[in-house]
Amino acid sequence: MPEIPTGYDMSDATLDGPVLSADGKPLKQSLNNALRKQKLRALVLIAPLLIFVLVSFVAPIGSMLMRSVQNTAGVEYVPDLLPNVVVAIQDWDPSTRETPPEAVYRAMAIDMATAFENKNHTQLGRRFNYEVPGISSLFRSAGRPVSRWDIATDGPFKEKFLDLNDGWGDVEYWAAIKANSGYYTSSYFLAAFDAQRGIDGITMKEPDQRIYQKLMVRTLGLSLLITFCTLALGYPVAWLLADLPLRTSNLLLILVLLPFWTSLLVRTSAWKILLQDQGVINDFWIALGFTERMTLINNQLGVVIAMTHILLPFMILPLYSVMKTIPPSYLRAAKSLGASNWTAFWRVYFPQTTAGIGAGALLVFILAVGYFITPELVGGADGTFISNRIYFQFAVSGNWGLAAALGTLMLLVVLILYFVYDKLVGVDNVKLG
Amino acid sequence: MASKLPPYATTGERIWFYTFRVICALVFFYLIFPILIIIPLSFNAQNFFTFTPEMLRLDPAGYSLKHYKDFLGANGDYSWMQAFTNSLIIAPLATLIAVSLGTLAAIGLTQPHVPYRKQITALLISPMIVPLIITSAGMFFFYSRPFGFSELGLQGTFAGVILAHAALGIPFVIITVTATLSSFDTSLTRAAANMGANPVTTFFRVQMPLILPGVISGGLFAFITSFDEVVVVLLVGSAGQKTLPWQMFIGLREQISPTILAVATILVVISIALLTTVELLRRRSERLRGMSPG
Repeated sequence: MPEIPTGYDMSDATLDGPVLSADGKPLKQSLNNALRKQKLRALVLIAPLLIFVLVSFVAPIGSMLMRSVQNTAGVEYVPDLLPNVVVAIQDWDPSTRETPPEAVYRAMAIDMATAFENKNHTQLGRRFNYEVPGISSLFRSAGRPVSRWDIATDGPFKEKFLDLNDGWGDVEYWAAIKANSGYYTSSYFLAAFDAQRGIDGITMKEPDQRIYQKLMVRTLGLSLLITFCTLALGYPVAWLLADLPLRTSNLLLILVLLPFWTSLLVRTSAWKILLQDQGVINDFWIALGFTERMTLINNQLGVVIAMTHILLPFMILPLYSVMKTIPPSYLRAAKSLGASNWTAFWRVYFPQTTAGIGAGALLVFILAVGYFITPELVGGADGTFISNRIYFQFAVSGNWGLAAALGTLMLLVVLILYFVYDKLVGVDNVKLG
Repeated sequence: MASKLPPYATTGERIWFYTFRVICALVFFYLIFPILIIIPLSFNAQNFFTFTPEMLRLDPAGYSLKHYKDFLGANGDYSWMQAFTNSLIIAPLATLIAVSLGTLAAIGLTQPHVPYRKQITALLISPMIVPLIITSAGMFFFYSRPFGFSELGLQGTFAGVILAHAALGIPFVIITVTATLSSFDTSLTRAAANMGANPVTTFFRVQMPLILPGVISGGLFAFITSFDEVVVVLLVGSAGQKTLPWQMFIGLREQISPTILAVATILVVISIALLTTVELLRRRSERLRGMSPG
């Protein structure tokens, strides 16, 4: 029996109060101190990266979320550019279908002159043009003449505006200005849901104009199809890799890892070159004796072929790492107990691989939903994803609010899937290679 | 499915065994064929994207280094070389940031008592999961004008692109380094401390050499992430920061030039080199782990 040191004598402690550590403090307290010190040290190590990620990644995404509701024209808020109009227009009710009162036109004359001076009037026109097409030319052409008017003497301004352009008497235009006169607006999200706010409130757009619904359905549908294709192709390969002796499987694994390491653009351009009408596959097809070339690119087929190829390693690797842990003796045991080959696979082997299927399928689906480059290059008109539309709104139309609203919706979908992935697989179980 | 066919297998089993092998072979072919096919195509003497009759006859006249010379600027167009230089500036710097901050954080995350470990890990991995178009749109807004509409001025600069790429590379460093650290024997650091080494010496002389393979693998992942990245460069960068992938993307979208084949081949060779390095490192660390007890 080892001798208990006197400082830690249990009988002493129970008699005289709490257990003391070597430096005389109660043991509980110094344990707590040590634990706190450990936690602090861990946090000090993590802090620089955490701050970096918060500043360079989380804050930008927050900034995008803000953009989806901020009511801005250029870099200024709309109510800051139209301070008099937003006050005057509150008393006007668009549902009467009468033009706004003179006070609103007068306010517009004042604000327009200031906006023209600061060269903001075209930005305002562009902002409202996202709501009602056609309004931007009103603002652009009104800037210079209105700036010459004398607010004190030149009234009434309603006629003067109508003389400039009949559009200034359009109730729909004024209704759009009234609906978007605050610092924040819901109109980008309405547009992202294919809805619009007219004089009579919020309505859905005509069925043939509901492009974002169609795009969302297409993105999710094609991603699901691609996930299914990667599973169908990846499952047998992962099984073979798990089954072969380690030396052979390591060699074959290189065939999976090389595409994984090869640039996304290289793989996309390879498919673009292979699938085009004068490409290698079509030349081979003709050489086989067929007379008609196949259209393999700039459609959904091209996207599915290329993206299945690109995402296949993300399915094979999780499947392989799960299958490697299943002892082959289970299948032999099932068969020796009288199971047919199919029953042995379906009742014994397959259920043990569902964790790998879940991990791979979720990962592939999450990555597929956000794809941009491959659909952009091989998708053509009917193979584009929601990302491509976001890029279009962002870089071509310059409608940043709508791009941000669509991005927010997509982010929501991805974060829900990421949450499920975390619950199911755990983010700290992600493996690379 | 067994790796070898037993002698008592029935005819049906034999047929299934070989069918299964053929299916797998076809999938492997699908995986590797598009990557390998561009290598011979890049030596085409003509401006075609398919094999010419001369090439199929293995006539030397059908092959040339024309597209590689164009890449180097032989036709007077140095935009590919410029893009390549930009890539070589951005990727290493982004990797350096991702690896140094990521390794420290990974060491922090593998300590025994970390508050909110799961949440922090989920946050640090998220740049890998969030669609690039969302990340880059957000970065464009934030790096040009953050919330309050005052200029930040990072948009369209090298610094902005490097910061963005570093953020994208971090998940890979975290994943590989924490995986290496999970098998690290912590009694080694205690032993070093016991023999009088201070924490900094312990880190550089004991811990670092042992986790180095993981750190290098993570760094290579971060490097290739930045080196291949297009979307962020398109939105956060400007013409001054155009990288090799940017040049390829624009080339593929507009009129596709055969120089792309040469560039793609060079990138495939770089990928093979990186993959080989990572595999060798992985085997080395497995061997080391096999030797240490426990």
